[in-house]
Amino acid sequence: MIKVYTSSVIDAPAEAVWAQVRDFNGLPRWTPFVAESRIEEGQPADRIGCVRNFRLRDGGVIRERLLTLSDYDYQCTYSILESPMGVENYVATLKLTPVTDGGRTFAEWWAEFDCAPEREAALAEQIGQGVFQAAFDALKKVVAR
Amino acid sequence: MIRVRRSAVIDAPIERVWAVLRDFNSHSAWHPAVGPSVIERGEPADQVGCVREFALKDGNHIREQLLTLSDRDHVSTYCILDATLPMRNYVATVQLKRVTDGDRTFWHWESTFDVPRGREREFEQLVGGEVYEAGFAGLAAYLRRDGHPSPRLGAGAARTGDSRAADPQAVVATAFGGPEVLELRRLDARPPQRGEVRLRQTAIGVNYIDVYIRRGDYRMIEPPAPLGMEAAGVVLESEAPGFAPGDRVAYAAPPPGAYATVRTLPAGQLVPLPDHVSEEAAAALMLKGMTAEYLLHRAHRVRPGDTVLVHAAAGGVGLLLCQWARALGARVIGTVSSEAKAELARANGCEHPIVTRTYAFAERTRQLTGGRGADVIYDGLGREAAAENLAALARLGHWVSYGHATGPLDPVSLTEKSGAFSQPVLFHYTGEFLPQMAGRVFAALRDGILQPHVRHRYPLAAAADAHRDLEARRTTGQVVLLA
Repeated sequence: MIKVYTSSVIDAPAEAVWAQVRDFNGLPRWTPFVAESRIEEGQPADRIGCVRNFRLRDGGVIRERLLTLSDYDYQCTYSILESPMGVENYVATLKLTPVTDGGRTFAEWWAEFDCAPEREAALAEQIGQGVFQAAFDALKKVVAR
Repeated sequence: MIRVRRSAVIDAPIERVWAVLRDFNSHSAWHPAVGPSVIERGEPADQVGCVREFALKDGNHIREQLLTLSDRDHVSTYCILDATLPMRNYVATVQLKRVTDGDRTFWHWESTFDVPRGREREFEQLVGGEVYEAGFAGLAAYLRRDGHPSPRLGAGAARTGDSRAADPQAVVATAFGGPEVLELRRLDARPPQRGEVRLRQTAIGVNYIDVYIRRGDYRMIEPPAPLGMEAAGVVLESEAPGFAPGDRVAYAAPPPGAYATVRTLPAGQLVPLPDHVSEEAAAALMLKGMTAEYLLHRAHRVRPGDTVLVHAAAGGVGLLLCQWARALGARVIGTVSSEAKAELARANGCEHPIVTRTYAFAERTRQLTGGRGADVIYDGLGREAAAENLAALARLGHWVSYGHATGPLDPVSLTEKSGAFSQPVLFHYTGEFLPQMAGRVFAALRDGILQPHVRHRYPLAAAADAHRDLEARRTTGQVVLLA
């Protein structure tokens, strides 16, 4: 089991950032790498257990299940059901915390998963920087508008 | 129940921030509102359950206990045990998280507590603003100027060398007279010359001699000039071997001038503070503790079984004399001006407090000693009590006059008692024996023989109030100004 942790500070209030990221079907709107997304079986995107099915710009398809969603803690957790990444038991959490000094947001995103040992370093880099940090950077631009 | 939450991002790696915050006694080094702080019973500052006792710069006083400490999660939880503020059930949590984007630190500080109805908003702002937000800025500044928190600063109540007050101030007697002649003025201390150090003073002792000097009874200053004979603090600059910036030190020495935020002094007057002695305790104890030391051990050697008469037994020196004389095996009789003070004196080793506001104590002293009288009298009263003292003295007894709150003594004859009379002066003893005297005071403090009672703390700017309360006999124990 390896753990990847990425965190950043976003120069917008936590409510505004949460309004973007709480939509489990909203990845195409704020991430640079998701081309399209739908929720399977026509369920609401904030229904616990719903599955988002999205296609990356490079063609890969990922299915993820929503495990927890808290408007109180500004936090959601999800697991990967299918992906081209070669990971097992992948569970990730995205959490926002207000920074009262300056009305900003402390954003955390972490994941735990299993993979082939020789791929750990590359996957940690790919997920931590290529996905989480890249998504944070994109989010900073979206909420700054 | 109020909940206060504040958070900030500190521009330093989490390891650096945590190295400071995990030390439960570091706050006096970085928090601008926190004065002297000490961990009770000499426990390590990362001992869960340890208690820190500290003063706020506004004069309030707080004891807090460490409840949890996690180096894995970078979490510290603590609660207030006692405070001079009306806060109840206060539990606070400090949590740090790593900001991987830029290697910074997210710091979340949160608490819940109760206050009297109607004061919720006031306390939300006090705790959130003056404690938490001021703490964020204070720690950020501390890290910026220090490069890295040295182990010395992390471990104790020390301040950094350049935390020197931007606006150095002193309380000055503008003329001889009442407390109203005292004024807070801007007053810098010159750079140290060879053999000298410049101090950032954090705690200053108030003594009755300050009142004499202010009134002009002792011509030790020419107004306008600052008062004060003792203080403790941290070395800012040193031109003397054996002292370095950051060292915690204390002194009790003439000339007056201790009522100041910064001061330059000859290094020979300084005593380094052991880790177990807070700056506040040092300010409370240097002059009065060393007075008790030389009175009990040098001017007269108290033996087990001696009967000792202590005047003003609930006062700053009086309580220390009672504590220490009792520990030496003496029987302690004391005089006090009220029942409340009698209780306090009794709790501090005075077996027989005599309540009198008219200095009538000789008859009771003789009764308590089977007609014999006291073997030694420690007399800070002077003229008004002279006849009673002579009457209360045992044959071959020793009358030690070390003060004269009621006026100077006229010449006395002790022939009828074959008595000894002496008029010792503290600074003559410290001139010869300073390290030994301070060492014995600190050891007595460590061993619990001496227990300072700092019940009266004033900001430096309120020195006049401290003088008023002292002269009106409204204080007990030691009186300290916090700078």
